[in-house]
Amino acid sequence: MPGVRSRVRVRPGRGGLGLGVATLYMSVIVLIPLAAVAAKAFGQGLGALWSSITSSVALTALGVTLASSLLVAAIGAVMGTLVAWVLVRDRFPGKRFVNALIDLPFALPTIVAGLTLIALYGPQSPVGIHLAYARAGVLLALLFVTLPFVVRAVQPVLIELDPEAEEAASSLGASSFTTFRRIVLPALRPAIISGTALAFARAIGEYGAVVLLAGKVQIASLVIYNDIESGTPEGAASLSIMLLAVSLLVLVLLRRIGGRGAT
Amino acid sequence: MRLSRSVTLSLRTVALAYLVLLLLLPVGVIFAKTFEHGFGTAWGWITTPAAVSAFWLSVLIAAIAVPLNTIFGVGTALVLVRGKARGRALLDSLIDLPFVVSPVIVGLALVLVYGVDGWFGKWFMDQGVRIIYAPAGMIIATVFVSLPFVVREVAPVLLEVGEEQEQAAATLGASRWQTFWRITLPSIRWGIAYGVVLTTARALGEIGAVAVVSSNVAGSTLTLPLLVQQRMTTSFGPQAVTSSYAAGTELAIMSLVVLLAMTLIAPRKGDAA
Amino acid sequence: MNRGLRLGRALPNLKRAGALSCSLLVGGAVLAACGGSSDTSGSGGSSSSTSGGGTQLSLVAYSTPKKAYDALTAAYEQTSQGKGISFSQSFGPSGAQSRAVASGQPADVVAFSTEPDISRLVKAGMVASGWDANSYQGVPSDSVVVFVVRKGNPKHITGWDDLIKPGVDVVTPNPSTSGSARWNILAGYGAQLKEGKTPAQALAYLRTLLTKNVSVQPSSASSALQTFTGGKGDVLLDYESDAIAAKKAGDAIDYILPKQTLLIQTPIAVTSNGSHKSQAAAFVQWLYTPAAQTIWAKEGYRPVVQSVASQFSSQFPTPPELFTISSLGGWSKIDKTFFDKSNGTITKIEQAAGVPTVSS
Repeated sequence: MPGVRSRVRVRPGRGGLGLGVATLYMSVIVLIPLAAVAAKAFGQGLGALWSSITSSVALTALGVTLASSLLVAAIGAVMGTLVAWVLVRDRFPGKRFVNALIDLPFALPTIVAGLTLIALYGPQSPVGIHLAYARAGVLLALLFVTLPFVVRAVQPVLIELDPEAEEAASSLGASSFTTFRRIVLPALRPAIISGTALAFARAIGEYGAVVLLAGKVQIASLVIYNDIESGTPEGAASLSIMLLAVSLLVLVLLRRIGGRGAT
Repeated sequence: MRLSRSVTLSLRTVALAYLVLLLLLPVGVIFAKTFEHGFGTAWGWITTPAAVSAFWLSVLIAAIAVPLNTIFGVGTALVLVRGKARGRALLDSLIDLPFVVSPVIVGLALVLVYGVDGWFGKWFMDQGVRIIYAPAGMIIATVFVSLPFVVREVAPVLLEVGEEQEQAAATLGASRWQTFWRITLPSIRWGIAYGVVLTTARALGEIGAVAVVSSNVAGSTLTLPLLVQQRMTTSFGPQAVTSSYAAGTELAIMSLVVLLAMTLIAPRKGDAA
Repeated sequence: MNRGLRLGRALPNLKRAGALSCSLLVGGAVLAACGGSSDTSGSGGSSSSTSGGGTQLSLVAYSTPKKAYDALTAAYEQTSQGKGISFSQSFGPSGAQSRAVASGQPADVVAFSTEPDISRLVKAGMVASGWDANSYQGVPSDSVVVFVVRKGNPKHITGWDDLIKPGVDVVTPNPSTSGSARWNILAGYGAQLKEGKTPAQALAYLRTLLTKNVSVQPSSASSALQTFTGGKGDVLLDYESDAIAAKKAGDAIDYILPKQTLLIQTPIAVTSNGSHKSQAAAFVQWLYTPAAQTIWAKEGYRPVVQSVASQFSSQFPTPPELFTISSLGGWSKIDKTFFDKSNGTITKIEQAAGVPTVSS
């Protein structure tokens, strides 16, 4: 029929205008403000920026934050995979409730998370465990907020996993552990890495969960906040740039693994 | 893979113990400490004028941020999945930025742009618009941090649903708008719903960025999370902590409602749960 | 086509959702004006911020005097010149609050912890330079640095030297944001000088205190008090007024007035760029009247007007070796040598102590 061909195009012209509007929104809300941080950091001159980044406070903050986040990400990778395994492969009463619970750290405001941890593990702990104002408390807070990332990344992959390969392995005499190590784990690896990377990126920037119980522990977001409040925006911007650089590296890593993306 | 009974049980125990210690116990303690002095006391603490203002301010901010990000989210998902323009890949990677930027950096960024010494601050002040130390700044901060959720939930659904129905509608003479409104939108509605729920949760719980741009004035720039923090750091007497926990419980209940919505919608979205 | 019809039925839901969020928007805007600013339980409905036609003054203050200003503003609203005036109040660490006002936070009255926090605003052109020209140098109430301890003083803290004993956990705020923190540090410094030590030895004392005995430095005095009452630490350095308020509210604490301590003079000023200058000035002037001074005293602050102070002298004993900031050289000199962001001696000590100070 004449004229049909021109109708088959679904979105004539929508590409350019839509992309432009979306980019404008992103620019106004996200990109321009972040550019202002970069401008502030580099605007003080490369020499000043360097001395700011290498000051003892900044280095300690970065070191402590990165180390804590790496540790949390590692623990989260192991425990998250374990929890995902139990939720997918095991059956027990209340499993649906437990599964829903995993999303709690996504839904709960971070300040409430910090509040709960101080209530339970602070100086007036009802169970006698005192972890507040120390590294252990901070680690716990970060574990709380990053819990769902690995679990939710691994679960769908685990569900889709074809049991054939595992059955073949066990029929050939492989132990469960070997089967897990050589069949299951490699299949889960991309999901674990992507979930862990997201957890790490989340942990290095966390504020609400740690603000109440960090004490003297030098968490980067708290140092940045203190810089802002004490009238040192250049210092805040310098440290922010470092943190952003690490986050962007993580994002790039995620892209390479191809764990996300609509295209 | 068949695991022995003991291995299964130990894995289950470890997983459940981890979840109880990390998630359930702390949340349980908050509820317990909130009602330590009785329900009436707790109720009194969430009905103070400051608490009521904080609640409504949080709701107002979310009521602005969520629709904005939903419209952006659906539109951008369409552009990313259905569009043909170049530069989509770059936009796609930029969308994840709010996931990885620390909220205090967001606050700093907004102060550097809209503050009195900021890039556009003076212009806004001359127009009589106060952004930093006012609700407007808190809204912008909340829009920033909750930006990606709808896009990231709708785009995969769009991808999965495919273009056939839309193409069929086009051949039958439907206009672009009709196709969008009557075919596309309903097919992605659960993705939108889930994204909206995630965005709402994030918007209600935001504290890092709004702490930087707020002026801490009870009744006008204190959201519920800020009130929780303020009560935890500035109150006197044995009830100080209770008042903070009460506000925290109020927030926790709001997020449990959100969690419930997430649990109910996720299966319909086609997510394996 | 069937699928199209079925999917189309989802539309009313979406439309309804749209309508709901619109009404939320309007409703929310209206209702956000309800509620109010008072945060005391049981104070119920009507303390809304702008009650029809009155003037609202914004008070920006340091972190601890909320209770006092609640009482003072309530009493002021009953006076003839205070009729129709309401207050919006913001409390936070003095340094941060001062910087916020300098960066544009609206303020009619600024009540800060230390004089430099007001001088910053004078330099920014927001406070007139004659703000301290009255007979009380712009200070409506005083306090002193005290040691807050657990009820019964189980660790037997009596003097400054007890603070550096091994095993004593001291809580004091962070001087980069808190005014109280600076008063505390200077009190320790001055106390050492009073004991006959040299300035170098006094600094060494501070170094030991801050690196070995102070385990946490929250951003404000009120935050430090909450940290202490939450169970952390053996002794808290704080305003006497804060300790009195906490004790009155039922916290299980005591406070020790050390033999040597620093007189805390907290200034107040009117901003020159506010829109209600005369009403703000009237309020500030009222704070020196006997009625207001009595309220200060009842809230635990040392009155500056002699006639009222003599009435409450038993409640506020004078420490035997009280000294003032002028005996230490005055704020401008001290602010520079001790607390300068890059070269201040205390700044350097704090950085070595691993406290989040400034990262440059």
